[in-house]
Amino acid sequence: MSAPEARRSTRLVRVGAFNVASYGILIAVALLILVPIAFAILGGFKSNNQLVGDPGSVIPNPWVASNYTDVLFGANSGAFWQEVSNSLIVAVIAVAATVVPGSLAAFVFARIAFPGREAIYTLFTLGLLFPAAVAILPLYILVRNLGLSGNFLGVALPEAAFGLPLTIIILRPFFRGIPAELEDAARIDGCSTFGFFWRVLLPLARPAIATVSVLAIVSTWNAFILPLILLNGESQWTLPLGVMNFSGTYSADQARILAFTVLAIMPAVIFYAVAERQIVGGLTAGSVKG
Amino acid sequence: MSTSSAIGARPEAGARSRSRWITIAVFLLPALALFVIFVLLPIAQAAHYSLYKWNGLQPLTDFIGLKNYQVALASDTFKSAIANNVFIVVLSLALQIPFSLGLAVLLNRRFPGRGVFRLIFFLPYVLSEAITGIVFSLMLRPDAIVDTSLKGLGLGGLIQDWLGDGTIVMFTLFVIISWKYFGFHMILLLAGLQGIPRELEEAARIDGAGRWQAFRHVTLPLLGPTLRVSVFLSMVGALQLFDMIWVMTKGGPIGASNTMATLMFKNGFQSQLMGYGSALAVILFGFALVLALAYQRLVLRRDVEGAVTAFNG
Repeated sequence: MSAPEARRSTRLVRVGAFNVASYGILIAVALLILVPIAFAILGGFKSNNQLVGDPGSVIPNPWVASNYTDVLFGANSGAFWQEVSNSLIVAVIAVAATVVPGSLAAFVFARIAFPGREAIYTLFTLGLLFPAAVAILPLYILVRNLGLSGNFLGVALPEAAFGLPLTIIILRPFFRGIPAELEDAARIDGCSTFGFFWRVLLPLARPAIATVSVLAIVSTWNAFILPLILLNGESQWTLPLGVMNFSGTYSADQARILAFTVLAIMPAVIFYAVAERQIVGGLTAGSVKG
Repeated sequence: MSTSSAIGARPEAGARSRSRWITIAVFLLPALALFVIFVLLPIAQAAHYSLYKWNGLQPLTDFIGLKNYQVALASDTFKSAIANNVFIVVLSLALQIPFSLGLAVLLNRRFPGRGVFRLIFFLPYVLSEAITGIVFSLMLRPDAIVDTSLKGLGLGGLIQDWLGDGTIVMFTLFVIISWKYFGFHMILLLAGLQGIPRELEEAARIDGAGRWQAFRHVTLPLLGPTLRVSVFLSMVGALQLFDMIWVMTKGGPIGASNTMATLMFKNGFQSQLMGYGSALAVILFGFALVLALAYQRLVLRRDVEGAVTAFNG
């Protein structure tokens, strides 16, 4: 065997061994991620006797569907559906109030030069790092004083405000990348600034708009501290609050808590499966571009 | 600049300049109004309230100057809450980010199943922190699945009162936080790695560098900007830790897992000490501001126009 051949063959062996080891690591980590999720899904199909009496067994025996069906259709299912609908209403308002003002502002930051622009932009970028927790006490008072407590706007607008920095930071480079010639052409054809924004820019920026919308949906769907403080009473609770309350009320009924939990996260999981590209792409866009 | 319409650039543009300002105002106003009213104003108000003894209901009359801050900074409860935030930051930087980096390096190769692993690792990030906490609480109950599995593996001696033992609880929470967020950092770092031309590491290898040397001296320095983003976001996330802790322990047992945010919440809403709670908020804001300014200097200016997050939920 000549020297280069020998080298190649040892290299192949090493690559093979490396792959086995790395697959091993990746599979182990994947299991660590999936076990709690599987525990919740399968646990929802168990009876409490199974959960408590035989916590080590994985597969329900027998399968009990009543936990899920009770949450969805049982006597108390009204609370679950109420929370789904509350979450949806808040999400729709919050996403609209993030994406519409966010894209208008990003347009200015991207394409219209004026003194002070960078200072205002910096203010928004710093907002990225302000935790909502800092503002909750005054927000509670503010929302009360604005007469918005007990109104979904009272939680959706603050959520939107805290979502603006990310939206603007993602959209600005995207809007910048659209060639100036297009704007000139649109102007010559008689487009106003808004006309250009609406009829030319937005359609071209659809992928970026999709990304910021998806991110806004995920963050408002999962929001906890703001709804906890700003919503009034059970009839307004969103799903994360509902799950917390449910797990307190039925703390002995673990199987039902798990079923409720799984149903509550299902929308986010399905959404992730469908929109993974936007979510991952949006969050990483900045760090790759450079 | 990037805009070529250059309306304002013409000398005769008096009226047009005014219309340009109107455009700017109309486009910018909605976002600016929301941001000022619901983000900046409350922060300023917190600073104001923090100078009073106030229950949040009566008029603000009982001005006490910096007393709330003195009490906070002398309070062992608050110090231990800060220590808990710092604990999570330190462990995240020491363990979670290296772990994420290792996985990102593994996933930065082409092999069958790569997309599936990426999908799975990132999944916890989109789940609600509160709901995640509830599932883990059930798993960690005494004699529930975690304890039983450890016994099954012959590791029964490791069993702890995971959430009930004040010396253990922060470690438990750290593991769960890592479960939820390592995928996010991994994805960030993976994107960073993919931006580094593979030829560079290959060239180093041809020049005789070992796999580790090539990574250490070529790839890692080039990954610097992304690592900085990751480190900052990790610190900000740790600073505002609330949701998961609130549903799992409410800061207990006996305050052992309090963070600045849970303490602020308890003081402001449960003990009606709005003034004191606001002082805690301002201190928390001070930490965030220092981070934000450092971030602005070290990260945003240099690399990214799209730096990243989503901890603001």
